Amino acid sequence: MAGMDRKDLLSLYYQMLLIRRFEEKSAEMYALAKIAGFLHLYIGEEAIAVGAIAALQPDDYAISAYRDHGHCLAKGSDPNKVMAELFGKATGLCKGKGGSMHLVDLANRFMGGYAIVGGHIPLAAGLAFATKYQQLNLVTVCFFGEGAVPSGQAHEAFNLAALWKLPVIFICENNRYGMGTPVHRAVALYENVAEAARSYGIRAERVDGMDVLAVRSLMQKVVEQVRAGQGPFFIEAMTYRFMGHSMADPSHGHYRTKDEVEEHRNRDPLLLLKETILTNNLCAESDFKQLEQEVSDVVAAAVKFADESPFPDTSTLHDDVMAEE
Amino acid sequence: MLLSYREALNQAMREEMRRDQRIFLIGEEVGYYQGAFKVSKGFVEEFGPQRVVDTPITEAGFTGLAIGAAMAGLQPIVELMTMNFAIVALDQIVNNASKIRYMSGGQLSVPLVIRGPGSAAHQLGAQHSQSLEAWFCHVPGLKVVAPALPQDAKGLLKSAIRDQNPVVFIEAQLLYGTKGEVAEGDYTIPLGVADIKRPGDDVTVVAYSKMLLVALEAAEQLSRAGLNVEVIDPRTLKPLDLPTIVASVKKTGRLVIVEEGWRFCGLGAQIADSMYTAAFDYLDAPVVRVTGEDVPMPYSRPLEDAAIPDVPRVVAAVKSVCGVQ
Repeated sequence: MAGMDRKDLLSLYYQMLLIRRFEEKSAEMYALAKIAGFLHLYIGEEAIAVGAIAALQPDDYAISAYRDHGHCLAKGSDPNKVMAELFGKATGLCKGKGGSMHLVDLANRFMGGYAIVGGHIPLAAGLAFATKYQQLNLVTVCFFGEGAVPSGQAHEAFNLAALWKLPVIFICENNRYGMGTPVHRAVALYENVAEAARSYGIRAERVDGMDVLAVRSLMQKVVEQVRAGQGPFFIEAMTYRFMGHSMADPSHGHYRTKDEVEEHRNRDPLLLLKETILTNNLCAESDFKQLEQEVSDVVAAAVKFADESPFPDTSTLHDDVMAEE
Repeated sequence: MLLSYREALNQAMREEMRRDQRIFLIGEEVGYYQGAFKVSKGFVEEFGPQRVVDTPITEAGFTGLAIGAAMAGLQPIVELMTMNFAIVALDQIVNNASKIRYMSGGQLSVPLVIRGPGSAAHQLGAQHSQSLEAWFCHVPGLKVVAPALPQDAKGLLKSAIRDQNPVVFIEAQLLYGTKGEVAEGDYTIPLGVADIKRPGDDVTVVAYSKMLLVALEAAEQLSRAGLNVEVIDPRTLKPLDLPTIVASVKKTGRLVIVEEGWRFCGLGAQIADSMYTAAFDYLDAPVVRVTGEDVPMPYSRPLEDAAIPDVPRVVAAVKSVCGVQ
C-alpha cells in the first residue's frame, strides 16, 4: 500500500463511521417515532459515497436517489441539519419540507435525493449539460441503485450523456436487491449491469464497493478523464445493504437468508479499511477508540440539535412553492 | 406590425436569447429542421447548435435534462413537438420540475419553460388532439399560460422565459397561422393578468386559447341579437386572475365559461367554484360551461366537430343563461 497517508485514510474512515453511526442513531430515532415516513438506510454501502466523493472538488455536483443520507453527509453537509431534516424540523436542510428521501444542500453542491426510481438520472445529465455549457470544467456524480438501471429514464439519460459527451459519472450501487427483488429477477443484464451503459458507448468499470480505497482510486482516474472532456463514465460498485430496504422492512427480510447477510457483513467496509490501517501500522486501536468517541459526540449533538429545534411554523406551509419575482 | 402567432413566438424567443446567454432551446427538430411547426425558424443559424439543441425522441430524458440544467443556473426552453408528448415527460414535470423548489426548502429553483402546440387541429386522432391544461393547473408549483392572440403570445412568452418558476406554455396548434397586431420591440405582459377582449354588460364569457376566437365570434353574433357580451381572456390559467372575472360577473350577473378541454374536472369547474365563493350573491343565473365532450378525440370529421365547442354552442349557452330564446 504505497503512498498511503495516515491522515487521509483516517479521514475516509471517519466519514464512513459518521454515516454508519448517524444512521444507526436514525434507526433508533425512527423506533422512538422521532423520525417518520420512509427511512432507507445506507448501512453497508458507505464506502461508495465516501470513496467517490473523496475524488471530487467541492464545487462538483452530486445527486442521489432516496437512499441519500450517506451521499449528503459525504458531500459535507452539517449532521445537525441532516438530522433535523429527518426530524421534520425548521432547522433542517430543507426546512422540514424534504425529509429523508429529499435532502438537498446547495451550498455543498448536493443537488438532492429523489424518490422516483430512475427519475433523477436525467437531472444529472442536465447538471452536467449546464457545467459544459457554462465551460466550468466540473463533473457531476449521479448515484442510483441497480434497480434503476432497467428504467427508461436511465437509458434516455445514458444516451443523451453519451451523445453529447457530458461530464457525468453514473455510479450504480449494486446492492443486489431492488426492495425485495434480487437483481437476477429484475435486470436482464444482472451478471454485468454495466453493459447497459456500454451499449451506448459509455466506458464502464466494475469495482468492489466495499473497498473504499478501490472506489476512490477508480474515481480519481475516472474524474480526471471526465474532466478532460472524454465524456461520461459508468461505475458499477458491488455492494450490499446490511439492513432491510427501509425501516418498514425487517433487517433480513424473507427475500434473503441470514447466512447471506452474515457473509457480506464479514466484508464490512469499515472493518476492511480498519484492517488495512492496522496491518500497515498506521494507527493503533486506541486511535479508533478516539474516532468512535468523536463520531459518537457528533451524532449525539445532531440528535440533541434536532430534538431541541422547533417544528416549522404552519404559517410556512405555502412558502417556497413558487419563486418570487 | 401584423404578425402571425408563430412569428410572435419566434420573436419572443429570439429577443430573449439575444439578451441572455443562459437561455437555450431544446427539443425534437428545433434546430436544423427549424421546428416541427417552424416556430424556431432561423434559430440554429443565429444561435448555433449549442443553444438550439436537437434531441432524440425521448421526452422524459430531455425534459429531465432541461430541469437539471435549470437547477444549475441555465434557463431552458423545452419545445415539445406537441403537448400530448408532455404525458411522456409527466414524471419529470410533476415529480421534479414542480416540486424541487419546495422539497429543497427554497434552495433550488427551476426556471424553465415547457412549450408546444396543444388541443385539436383537424383530424389528428385521439393521441394528438388533447387539451391537457387542467392537468398542469392541478399541480402546485407550475404556472400555466395559454395565449390566444399574437400580441399576448409574444409578451407572455417573454415573461414566462424570465420567470424563475417552471411554466407550461400551451400554443393551440390551429393558432400558429392566425395573425394580429404585435407591438414592435421588447415588451412583456405579466403572468396572471387577464384581459378584457370585448367589454359588455349583459353577460361575461371567459374563454382562452383557441376558444377565445370562438367566443369573440359568438359575441359578435349575439350583439346582433341585442346582447352585449363581455369577453375575458384569462391568458394565464395559473395563477388565474379571478379578481378581473369576479369584477365582470358583479357587473353582468351572468357567466359562461368556454374551454376545449374535457368537462369532468375541467378548468371551468374551478372557475365556477371560485365564482360561487366570490360572487354568489351577484349571480342572476347558474354558471354555464361549454366544454369539450368527455371522449377521446375521434378521427372522423363530423364526430370531431361534435366533440369541440363551436360558435353555435356558445351562442346557445349565452342565450340560455340570459333567458333569451
